[in-house]
Order: sequence, then structure tokens, then C-alpha cells
Amino acid sequence: MSFEGEINVLGVGLAVGGGLYLISIAIAMVRIVRGPSSFDRVVAFDLLSGLTLGIMVLLGLGFGQPVLLDAALAIAVAGFLGTVAFARYLERGGSR
Amino acid sequence: MNWMAAFFVIAGGFFSLVAAIGVLRMPDLYTRMHAATKAGAFGAALVLVGAALHFGSLRTVVVAAATIVFFYLTAPVAAQVLARAAYRRQLPTWGDGRIDEIREPRDFVEESRGPKSEPGEE
Repeated sequence: MSFEGEINVLGVGLAVGGGLYLISIAIAMVRIVRGPSSFDRVVAFDLLSGLTLGIMVLLGLGFGQPVLLDAALAIAVAGFLGTVAFARYLERGGSR
Repeated sequence: MNWMAAFFVIAGGFFSLVAAIGVLRMPDLYTRMHAATKAGAFGAALVLVGAALHFGSLRTVVVAAATIVFFYLTAPVAAQVLARAAYRRQLPTWGDGRIDEIREPRDFVEESRGPKSEPGEE
């Protein structure tokens, strides 16, 4: 606390959190590449939409742009609709 | 306030990493879904709380709260729809899976199997 002003605390937090998010996205991509079934890929895609939401919020924090939170809300809506659409399609017999 | 925002961002990244590792390492679809839905939603909610703390304006807090509520309302719905689809397509489970509580109403699985379900049986 005593050296507040010398260290950009939020910058360090954004760097660490962004690194964690990038690692998470890479791992989810691995699951998309080798999911045994399409359902596994859809689960990984669902997780990826949430991760993209987090990345968007981190970008808004880093650039000081609160507008990007609205983009995060839009990503949440799109991810939910995409997951439900994929699930309905696979339920009615796409390729397993 | 910067300390709180940084803490929440790092915690959100940690939970997202836990979710991703769970999706990669869990043995079958249903357990993977368990990791992705809960830990992933919690990580996103933590990051949004951090953003709301950092910006602090009323509009930002409202948007972040709306996103959190929406995410927590829709993540279980998406997971349930996906799990039901996987169950109807009879995706194999990990282990022997002796407890199957949906099995009782027999036509639940029957409906989506289509022409392969030997129609001349009854």
C-alpha cells in the first residue's frame, strides 16, 4: 500500500488475469480440436463464449472504455443462443 | 479501488482457468459440462464485478449486473438443453453409471431415435 502510485496495480492485475484468460482459451481450443463427439465441441464453444466475454471486459478495463461492457452483454446473448441452437440441431440428429 | 478490481480480475481469470482445465481433463461429456458451466460462469461474474468496481458509474454497474444476471439465468438452461440432447442421442457416460433417473419414462429416449427404433415390435 505504501508504494501506491509507483506500481500500476490495475495494470498488473490485467496482465495476470489476461494471461490466465489466454491460457484458458488455448485449453478450450484443444478440447474443440479433439472432442470425441460434437457435444464436447459445443461445450467447449459455450465455455469459449464465456471466456470471450471476460476478455471483452478486460479490454474495457484496460482501455478505460465502459462501452465494451455492452459488447460483453451482447456476447453473452449470442453465446447462449448459439449453444441452444447447436443443442437443438444435435438433438434432432446431426452428426454425433 | 484499483486493488479490488485487480483482485477480482485475477480471481476471475483463475476460475476461468479452472473451468478450462476441467473441460480438458474430465472423462466424459457430462462432467465436462459440470466444470464449464459452473466455474466458467463464476469467473465471468467475478471479472464483471471487478469492472463494475473500477468504473463505478451507475450505468456501468447496471450493465454489469444485468450481464451477470443474464449469464446466471442462461448458463443452466444451455447446459440442460445440451445434456438432454446428449442423453437422447445416448452418448456414453464414464464408468458404469448405474443410477439413471430419466430411464423410467421410456418414451423420453424413444422419441428422437427415429426410424431405427424397430416400429413393428408392439
